[in-house]
Amino acid sequence: MNKLAGAIGTAALFAALLAPCAVRAVDLQSYEFVERGRYLATAADCAACHTKPGGAPFAGGVAIQTPFGTLIGPNITPDPDAGIGAWSDDEFVAALHDGIGRGGVRLYPAMPYPAYTKMTRQDALAIRAYLRTIQPSSNQVDANQLPFPFDIRFDMAVWNALNFKPGRLEPDPSQSAEWNRGRYLVDALGHCGTCHTPKTWLGADKNSAYLQGATLQGWFAPNITADERKGIGRWTIDELVNYLKTGANRDAIASAGMGEEVVHSSSHMTDADLKAIATYLVSLKPAVADNLQPVAAADPRMVAGQAIYKDNCSGCHTDAGTGIPRLFPRLAGSHAVQSDDPTTLIRTVMFGSQGAATAAAPTGPAMPSFAWRLNDAQVAAVLTYIRNSWSNAASAVSAGQVGTVKAAAATP
Amino acid sequence: MATKLPAKDVVIIGLGWTGAILGNELTDHGLDVVAIERGPWRDTATSFNIGYAPDELRYAVRLDLFQRPAQSTVTFRNNGGQTALPIRQFGSFIPGNGVGGAGIHWNGVTWRFNPTDFRLRSHLTERYGADFIPAELSIQDWGITYEELEPYYDRFEYLAGISGKAGNLNGVIQDGGNPFEGPRKRDYPLPPMRMTYGPTLFAEAARSLGYHPFPQPSGNLSQPYTNPLGVTMGQCTYCGFCERFGCANYSKASAQTSVLPVLMRKSNFEARTECEVLKINLDASGKHATGVSYVDSSGAEWEQPGEIVLVCAFSFNNVQMLLHSGIGQPYDPATRQGTIGRNYAYQTTSGLELLFDDKIFNPFISAGALAQVIDDFNGDAFDHSKLGFVGGAGISTGPTNGRPIQTRPTPHGTPRWGAKWKQATKQSYLRFFSMGSQGSSYAAYTNHLDLDPTYKDRFGRPLLRMTFDFPDNDIRMSNYVTDRMEDIAKALKPREYIVSRRTKPYSSVPYQSTHNTGGTIMGADPKTSAINKYLQSWDVPNVFVVGASAFPQNAGYNPTGTVGALAFVAADAIITKYLKAPGPLVPS
Repeated sequence: MNKLAGAIGTAALFAALLAPCAVRAVDLQSYEFVERGRYLATAADCAACHTKPGGAPFAGGVAIQTPFGTLIGPNITPDPDAGIGAWSDDEFVAALHDGIGRGGVRLYPAMPYPAYTKMTRQDALAIRAYLRTIQPSSNQVDANQLPFPFDIRFDMAVWNALNFKPGRLEPDPSQSAEWNRGRYLVDALGHCGTCHTPKTWLGADKNSAYLQGATLQGWFAPNITADERKGIGRWTIDELVNYLKTGANRDAIASAGMGEEVVHSSSHMTDADLKAIATYLVSLKPAVADNLQPVAAADPRMVAGQAIYKDNCSGCHTDAGTGIPRLFPRLAGSHAVQSDDPTTLIRTVMFGSQGAATAAAPTGPAMPSFAWRLNDAQVAAVLTYIRNSWSNAASAVSAGQVGTVKAAAATP
Repeated sequence: MATKLPAKDVVIIGLGWTGAILGNELTDHGLDVVAIERGPWRDTATSFNIGYAPDELRYAVRLDLFQRPAQSTVTFRNNGGQTALPIRQFGSFIPGNGVGGAGIHWNGVTWRFNPTDFRLRSHLTERYGADFIPAELSIQDWGITYEELEPYYDRFEYLAGISGKAGNLNGVIQDGGNPFEGPRKRDYPLPPMRMTYGPTLFAEAARSLGYHPFPQPSGNLSQPYTNPLGVTMGQCTYCGFCERFGCANYSKASAQTSVLPVLMRKSNFEARTECEVLKINLDASGKHATGVSYVDSSGAEWEQPGEIVLVCAFSFNNVQMLLHSGIGQPYDPATRQGTIGRNYAYQTTSGLELLFDDKIFNPFISAGALAQVIDDFNGDAFDHSKLGFVGGAGISTGPTNGRPIQTRPTPHGTPRWGAKWKQATKQSYLRFFSMGSQGSSYAAYTNHLDLDPTYKDRFGRPLLRMTFDFPDNDIRMSNYVTDRMEDIAKALKPREYIVSRRTKPYSSVPYQSTHNTGGTIMGADPKTSAINKYLQSWDVPNVFVVGASAFPQNAGYNPTGTVGALAFVAADAIITKYLKAPGPLVPS
């Protein structure tokens, strides 16, 4: 009997695998559909906000710092009370597409519905199908920890009217299928812009600076357009794929928020999808090349910075700023080093940073903290030096900027 | 009362080189493994921050990374007629503590022992006759051959990223390598380190005398390296803060830089730090271990059941663990019966300092394993028949450091303090280099380890007692090799040189070496060895004892390369033999 059921199941699975999804109605409970949902939930990195480190999967509890206050990632397990088990599929899709939860509750855009609105209904349903298979958790989460007046959810109706354009992503017929897949992964599922696109004062995407880097949660998420100085323009498609797949490539090692993204999301994606993402990102050429001039080598900040660099940094990053692939990030030519906003650099030098470790690149090297050893002016000098040596060019860093980042990081 | 925990497949005592290697191999095989480590967790960026890692006062003088005598120590006496007293400040040797163990604070020198070292008594008997071996020596064969060990040496060298030059590839002698080494299947994974002035001069002088200098095999990496586990290590900066320090830039091989990044990711591995194992528990038969009992940092006691117990601590602790657990028969020097504590051995060293007027050496460019060596007088590479001793030593020039507190070369007759001392230091600091001989330490019937009758540790367990003095054979050996070292010094025509010869009695005060070996030795005969050739206890077959405690006697080499190889031997034996048929792997 069991054998028979197994055989039927296997046959059904094969049939499902063979069936073109678009033509036939999909069995929402099929292995194939649930598995697709699992993959999409990974690509969308739902766990980043909905799974507390060490906690039950998708049971919520991750605190998300926004400029308006703290939100807590809700429980999205199938528990009917604490989770979303009682939601209909349409209610689930409405949350993703319209930012409207069950019973008409307005979501805050920390839930990246401005990105997920671009997701196909089919993909949203697949994620839903997968989430139905998760162990229910009774963990109660009060998502809204915002102070008045931001705690009034109705505010979001106004916000949406001003800032939110619902609607699916239409393929661009002038581009390849790979490019379109990449754009879909970047804009809809991956919601890369949530971190990498700067925000208006209302917290909406500043579309004129799409993916050109943004400061959030005390870090600077760098420009990921093909800008050769500030973006990923010097990387080949393969190097970009390596970075997303392993957390490390010839030049760089993911850390902080991007390290988490690699570990939890992109390292689990298919090579074809990563290549699609890379294909799309390298196509985002800047309108005009910059003609930034480096701070002069004779500038006292550069002279001091060079001496500090020799003593503290060159042992690992080398005198030429080349680093060691997959161990010590390259500084020469690095877009992270030459970003307009030096927040990440200041923070890394002051407090250190743990590099991502993945199965393919397990080393997980870390940058030690120099906060006890270098004062604000010394950190500013050495950062000014690395930002303006070896053909790098970027604004000088001031002691005041270092002090500001340090103070912000010290207050949770 | 101990709280009993859920059982594990494997319980490892100590998470240093051997514990990490075995943990990684056995978890790869699907076993559920816990390592229980007495000391703290350590990792590179937080524990060895480049900003404060090179703090000579904290690490080299105050011994921050090492075992505190208050945690545990050994009592010491030179002979059975004396009353041993506890070592209250480590001097002659300094045991490590914490994750990574002694592999954190080592210099990185990574040798293979010679083929003749492994069948020492047989070889010397064959070459010189049984009567040639001094009666005081209890030297033995290892029960394993170099040929059997070769693949495991290879695995350790490739895991650790050792830099060196092969001297014997499949029996063919290679120019520039050590012509006296056993045949290796392939070269080292990395080329040798770049030599500085001192070792270069030493090599030239040695060559002029007809000797065969070669670069010392080094765990300070000459180039960036990604090992077979996928872990990437850095390139040595020659900063000279190796021994007694953690490496800040991932360029000294250690469990941290080679194994732990992979091991710690595994869901079937767990490390419990700051937990000290009290004893291995045995069932009523006394022939089967049921797990271990340990105390955590809050003083709570736990029982951790396990199918296999791996004793992977420092040599002293391995011996002490078996004695405290009642595994095996303690060695009695009066009757020469018993195995646990037998054949404790050390390292027989001497030194020579050369001072020049016309040459500048920059001792700040240095590294723990950076050296040129000759093995012409090591092991049995030379004819002993007219010499009246057995054993030998490597002679080397290795500028390990120029650290300012402890590097104070001064000519003969200089006061030990004051203005003249400062003046002499200033003149000599850049104008000197050193040579050393690192000699075999051959086990003697009188030298051994047992439990002290008087002194106890903080848990009330008897301290380990060391009874040791240099055998007369080893002093004769060291003097002969030191004479050869003087020949090389003279050829270099220094303004003066100062020789420090090894003399009796052994003193536990001045630093000599942390190459403490033996006590749970391996062998082919359960009457004279504690463990078989697979590092398996003869007495309790689900206990394996891994480390330098397994050496029947010590060769004229640093132990780590052999210790690493033995860890792979034990792992392989457990996976390919023991798991298929749990029980003794060698009939006794």
